[in-house]
Amino acid sequence: MNLNISLSPHIHSGASIPKVMWNVVLALVPALLVAVWTFGAPAIQTICICTLTCIVTEWVINRFFMHRPTSVTDGSAVITGLLLAFNLPSILPWWITVIGAIVAIGVGKMSFGGLGTNIWNPALVGRVFLLLSFPAAMTTWPEGVSAGFDAMTGASHAADAASGATILQTLKSNPESITMDNLHLLDVSMGQMNGSLGEVGSLAILLGLIYLLIRRIVTWHIPVAVLGSAAFFSWIFGGNPLIDLLTGGLMLGACFMATDYTTSPMSPKGQIIFGVMIGLITIIIRRWGAYPEGVSFAILLMNSFVPLINRYCRPAVYGEKQRKAMLKTQKS
Amino acid sequence: MLKTFRIGGIHPAANKITAGKGLRILERPAEISIMLSQSIGAPAKAVVKVNDHVEAGQLIAEAGGFVSANIHTPYAGTVKKLDNVRDPQGIWRPAVIIAVDEEQNGIPSCERTPDQIDALSPRDIIRMVGDAGIVGAGGATFPTRVKLSIPEGKYADTVILNGAECEPYLTCDDTLMRSEAIHITEGILLIMKAVGAKHGIVGIEANKPEAFRAMTEAANGHSNIQVVKLKTKYPQGSEKQLIYACTKRVVPAGGLPVDAHVVVDNVATAFFIEQAVRTGRPVTERIVTVTGPGLSDPGDFLVPTGVSIDALIQAAGGMPEDTGKVIAGGPMMGRAVSCLTAPSTKGLSGVLVLPEKESLRGPVSPCLRCAKCVSVCPMGLEPYLLMTYCQREMDDEAREHGVLNCLECGSCSYTCPSSRPLLDFIRLSRQRLRKKK
Repeated sequence: MNLNISLSPHIHSGASIPKVMWNVVLALVPALLVAVWTFGAPAIQTICICTLTCIVTEWVINRFFMHRPTSVTDGSAVITGLLLAFNLPSILPWWITVIGAIVAIGVGKMSFGGLGTNIWNPALVGRVFLLLSFPAAMTTWPEGVSAGFDAMTGASHAADAASGATILQTLKSNPESITMDNLHLLDVSMGQMNGSLGEVGSLAILLGLIYLLIRRIVTWHIPVAVLGSAAFFSWIFGGNPLIDLLTGGLMLGACFMATDYTTSPMSPKGQIIFGVMIGLITIIIRRWGAYPEGVSFAILLMNSFVPLINRYCRPAVYGEKQRKAMLKTQKS
Repeated sequence: MLKTFRIGGIHPAANKITAGKGLRILERPAEISIMLSQSIGAPAKAVVKVNDHVEAGQLIAEAGGFVSANIHTPYAGTVKKLDNVRDPQGIWRPAVIIAVDEEQNGIPSCERTPDQIDALSPRDIIRMVGDAGIVGAGGATFPTRVKLSIPEGKYADTVILNGAECEPYLTCDDTLMRSEAIHITEGILLIMKAVGAKHGIVGIEANKPEAFRAMTEAANGHSNIQVVKLKTKYPQGSEKQLIYACTKRVVPAGGLPVDAHVVVDNVATAFFIEQAVRTGRPVTERIVTVTGPGLSDPGDFLVPTGVSIDALIQAAGGMPEDTGKVIAGGPMMGRAVSCLTAPSTKGLSGVLVLPEKESLRGPVSPCLRCAKCVSVCPMGLEPYLLMTYCQREMDDEAREHGVLNCLECGSCSYTCPSSRPLLDFIRLSRQRLRKKK
C-alpha cells in the first residue's frame, strides 16, 4: 500500500483564499442592495461594468503578460471591482469606469505581482487615479435622489439629497448649513444621502462588517481604531462625530478598505496604530484639506507605512521578557 | 472561567471517536521487535545474546548514556536475533527480536506497603524510575530519570501533570485517567517527593468531564493536589502553555520548565512511576489510541512494546480501502508512517489512519498577509516572515525573530488559507541553525 508522507500538521482548517474572498463579497451584498435602492439602474450598470472590467483585466494580464494560470476564480478581482464601483458616482460615464478598473487591477495589483504583493489597496488606487484625472466627473452626483424612508413614506427631510451635492461637500462650502436639526442620521445611514455608490448605506456596511467578524475573516482592531479615532479627532477639532462617522466614505473605508489583508499591518498593535492614523488623517483632510473627503488618501498614505509599522510593531516573543530578566539576575 | 494560555491557539475538531469505549487487550503476538532507541538521546545497549531465554519484564537493554533509558521485554521468550528493523519512518534501527513463548507467567512484581513507600528517599524514587526505563509518555520520550534530577542551583516547587490531551483523535490519556485515577494521584505525590515540590496540579481539558471527575475524586483528601479544568484549545498540552494556564508563570524563552520552578509530566508517566515504585514493574506496555474516520472498530488498546503498527490496525478492524496516510501520534504533531511493519514503542500514543482525501494538502497559493498565522502562534512568532527568511537562507534573521522558540505545534500551517507549508520551512530553518551551532 502506498502511503502519503508529509510533515505535521496532517490536518487543515479548510480555510482557503476563495472561501475568504467570496465571504467578503457576501459581506458587501447589503451595501450593494442599498446602492441599487438609492441610485437605481445606473448603479447596477456601473457595478457590472466595473467588476467585469476588473475580472477581464486580471485574466488578460495573467494570460498574456505574466503567462501563468488564471486567478480570477479566487474572487479577489470581484472584490476590487465591487469596492471600486462603491467609490464611484452612479452616473459616471462608462468609459471612465473602465479606465478606473484597468488602473486598479493593472497598476494597483498586477504590476506588483498580483494577489498578496501589492502595496496599496487596488480599488483606492483606481479611485484616486480617476479623482485626479477626471475631477469634475468624479464629483458629479445624480440629482433628485430619493430613496431610503423617502421612497416608502413620500416625505423628504434630508438636507441635500435632491440638490446633487454630498453632505460633506455642503459642509465644506458652508459649515453652518448642516446641523443635527436638519440632518436625520437614521435616514442618512439608510441610504438617504448623496455620494458614491457604496458609501450611502452605513448600516448595511456595518452589517457586512459584523458578518466578517463572526466568520473571523477580519478582527475588530482596524475598524474600531479607524472609527474610534475619527470620532475622537472630529470631537477634538470641534466637529460633530456622528456626522463624520455616518457621512462620506468613512464607514466603507474602515470596514472594507483599511481591513484589506495585503495592505494592512500584521500585528494587532500595528493594526491599531494604522487605524488611528487613518482616522486622524481623514479628519484633518475633511477640516483643512482641499477635498471634502479624505478617507481614500488617508488609507493610501497609511498603506505606504505598513512595512515600517510591521518592522516596529512585532508581536512579543513569548517568554522573551522573562529571559532578559533571568539573564540580568544571573549577571548581578 | 476555564484556565488557558494567553496568546494564540486554534480549535481543531476534536474527533475523539474512541472516548469512553474502554480499554482493550491485544492478542498476544508470536514475535516482537523491540527497538533500542526508544527515548531521546543515546540508544540503549543490548544486554542479551541470540538464543538467550528472557523472562517477562527482564532487562534486555540498558541505558546507553546519561540521556537514555533501560528497555525491558513485555513477554517471556527466546531472543531470535539482534538485527536492524525499519522504524515508522522507514529508517533502519537496531532492535532485539524475540520469539514469544506459548506459556506466559506475567511480569513478576512486588507490593510495597504505603509505609515502605513513605520511607523511600527522593534518590530512591529517581533510581527506581531509571531502573524501570520510564520515558515521557506524551510522545517526546525524554528519560524521566533525567527530568526528575533537578540541576544544581535550581529548584521546583510545583509539579504539573499533563492531562490536557489537546491532540484531536487521541484518547489514551483520557482512558487512563478514567480507570487509574488513584494510581496517577499516587504518582504525582511520588514526583513531588522526588523533586521536592510542595504543590501538585493536574490539568485536564474541559472536553474530558469523566476524566476530570475521576481525577478530582482521587485527589480528594490530598490538600496539596489541585485538579484544574482547562479550556479546550490546541496546544493546551504544550509544556509552556500548560504551565501558564495552571500557574500563570511564564517559562523564559529558550528556558526549561524548571526555570519557572515547575516540573511537567504526562499523566501516563505518573502512572508508570507509581507502578515502578509500588510494584517494581518496568515499562513494557502502554495505552495506544488506534483510530481514524474509516476504521470499523477503533479503540484504545493496551499495547506491549514491540508489536507492529500493522497488527494494531488489524485489531481495530483492518486497513480501510481508501487509506491515504497513517500517522504515529496525533494529527497535529504526529509523524507520518511509511513502514507499517515498524514496532510500537514507549512513546507511541496513537495510530491514526486518515482517508486519502483527508491526507492530501491543498494547493499552495501566495501569502495574502492575512496575519492568521501570527494571531494563532502560541509563542508570539511571525510564521509568514520566518518562512520567507528560510527560503532566502537568512538564518540569522530567523534566529533574531525567535525561530528557535517555535514549538512546532503546527497551528500556523493548520490555519493558513493559502495552505502554505509554514512549519516545514520553520523546521528547515531550525535544523540549519542547530547544525551551525
